[in-house]
Amino acid sequence: MIERFDFSDLRELFAKANEEKSGDQLAGIAARSERERVAAKHKLADLTLDEIVRRPLIDPSEDDVTRLTLDACDQKAFRGIASMTVGEYREFILDDGTTDAQLQPLQRAIIPEVAAAVTKLMSNKDLVLAAAKIRNVTRCRNTMGERGVLGIRLQPNHPADNIGGILLAAFEGLLYGCGDAVLGVNPATDSVDTVSAILVALTRLVDAYEIPTQVCCLAHITTQLAALNRGTPVDLLFQSIAGTEAANRSFGITLNMLREGREQVLEQHRQRDVRWVGDHAMYFETGQGSALSAEAHHGVDQLTLEARAYGVARAFEPFLVNSVVGFIGPEYLYDERQIIRAGLEDHFMAKLLGLPMGCDVCYTNHAAADQNSADNLLLLLSAAGCNYFMGVPCSDDVMLNYQSTSYHDALAARRLFQLRPAPEFLAWLQVMGIYRGTEPASLDSSARRQLMRGLEATLERTF
Amino acid sequence: MASCDDELPQRRDALESDLSELVKKVRAQTPARLLAGRSGAAYRTHTQLELRQAHAAARDAVRTELNLLPNSTNDLGEEFARQWNLFEVCSQAASKDEYLLRPDLGRHLNDASRAELSRRCTTGRDLQIAIGDGLSVTAVARQVPQLLPLLCDGAHTRGWSVGEIFVIRYCRVGILNQIGELLTPKVAVLLIGERPGLATAESLSAYMAYQPKTLDTDANRNLISNIHARGVSSEQAARRILDLADSMIKTRASGCQLREELTPSTQNAHVPTISRTAR
Repeated sequence: MIERFDFSDLRELFAKANEEKSGDQLAGIAARSERERVAAKHKLADLTLDEIVRRPLIDPSEDDVTRLTLDACDQKAFRGIASMTVGEYREFILDDGTTDAQLQPLQRAIIPEVAAAVTKLMSNKDLVLAAAKIRNVTRCRNTMGERGVLGIRLQPNHPADNIGGILLAAFEGLLYGCGDAVLGVNPATDSVDTVSAILVALTRLVDAYEIPTQVCCLAHITTQLAALNRGTPVDLLFQSIAGTEAANRSFGITLNMLREGREQVLEQHRQRDVRWVGDHAMYFETGQGSALSAEAHHGVDQLTLEARAYGVARAFEPFLVNSVVGFIGPEYLYDERQIIRAGLEDHFMAKLLGLPMGCDVCYTNHAAADQNSADNLLLLLSAAGCNYFMGVPCSDDVMLNYQSTSYHDALAARRLFQLRPAPEFLAWLQVMGIYRGTEPASLDSSARRQLMRGLEATLERTF
Repeated sequence: MASCDDELPQRRDALESDLSELVKKVRAQTPARLLAGRSGAAYRTHTQLELRQAHAAARDAVRTELNLLPNSTNDLGEEFARQWNLFEVCSQAASKDEYLLRPDLGRHLNDASRAELSRRCTTGRDLQIAIGDGLSVTAVARQVPQLLPLLCDGAHTRGWSVGEIFVIRYCRVGILNQIGELLTPKVAVLLIGERPGLATAESLSAYMAYQPKTLDTDANRNLISNIHARGVSSEQAARRILDLADSMIKTRASGCQLREELTPSTQNAHVPTISRTAR
């Protein structure tokens, strides 16, 4: 006997075709049984890409993210794949004959909903295989994302924004070869004074050692711009973003604020005496569940909304993008299984859409996960060619109160998959004697003391 | 392959001796796990086990139930509750598990609690303080007994009227909106336990809003986070909360709108873009 499942619209079909997520259950839109889930996947597989584009999940008249992503779509390139079904599109992506050279020109041809749809038909291993084909390279003060490169964001946070504590944590990370993606601090206090103090101190560290990398303070965009207007150097302008206009509003941002902010930072770049290797100047963080958390989800599933956040990100040509995959908590991603799935989905979708995607592989202490879960996702995403991970001292973020990946994890992932830091940064590590070839060098006492002088000079200037 | 020199205990001591006095001083100012050494590309064994131990403590802090009754080890204390006439209300979540999986329930008071607040609280106060368990009862138990008296003293000094204080079980930040609708204070402050980390399970947040109402979001709120012994002290937190409340009353605004009007001396309110608490 064949069961029949009816799906009233695309929104419902998309939601029910998802792998199990507590966030979709919370929203009341998840499949009610495994059979219904598979039925939805079957039906989704038979839709053409054109049908998805012609029936927006969120009405363009209600939402500027829908308008942005539809307007940005490369219609001409899309015509070549419009008649493919989602199932055929999955096979096309995975096909032996399809390489980065075929996928790159199509990045702007697909809207986020198409990327979301094909993701729903992929197994975890598919997501790794497909993502590993794609390299999205970006440039600011160094070059991130080339094949064979794994970057690390140093995340030397401090619960009271203590500058010394931040600098020492950053310095230690550099000795592990971390920090090529960015030296990026989440401030405990979102004030112009604090943000300026952090940016100035990190910039001094970068100047003291002439490190080819970027600094960033992950405050609200308006605070960073207020600091910039005071003359504080801003390499990367950060903002958390989401996949609907209403969710972005709950973050206190609009698309226009991102557009204008980017222009201001690029203007400052032109005025500074820095060797820029490119003009990618934005850093975005995202995460499944953020729109629902802001009660701004329009009945759309969290995977699709995450893809839409990437549609926002790519409009502003970011240097770095990562989802903070286990940060949001068990009500959206309940356990290790769901966190790992979401991490692989986010990375693949973003790569398919053309983003320089990294991942904050992480978990909170109220989720059913532990460091073994993070180890697993770290290795899976390394195999998938993830652009970068976080480097937090012993994985313990003492400001944000969650566990991410550590300096040690960076060494492990690079060693296991034979990956290097960003080229300019690796050259710097070698000149400094921190690396010999592509591995950390053994430092003797005098080398360590020698290295610490720049830190001490920076600390002395700061106090 | 990297040399294993750093991993031998005597080499670690050597690393210690390479640190200048300045660096040692700085190291003492951060709870971050710095200079832990390594075994190849992995932790040393004692680091590995310390991390597991801290995670176990954090998991337990999440699971602890709020308790205003006497003789429980992780509570505000009966005496404190009596002194401040604290009483307990509850969100619509019926258990810890439901609370963790259904944040929507944690943002709304149950019917009995709404009735009790209407009965026991005075409306239209300048300042309304509520205490929520959030994700760490340990944080509430450690920080609130120091912070609450400072807040109330400061409010009285400024001549503000202060509403009756209550404790909310299974509480999320969004419950501020309901407090605003029910009790119509000028400024509402929710003191709520942050999600415990490994370095501390005792960190408290203060979420604040001017005349909070239904449909308000984080953009309408200000946050002072990391209130604990090694983060923001009770004294600092109280001063910042009171200064911010003062600005809210004067400008009749909160959240993103407010911050831009703050003077440098008070511009320390964080509009939450990433939540580490229980939204």
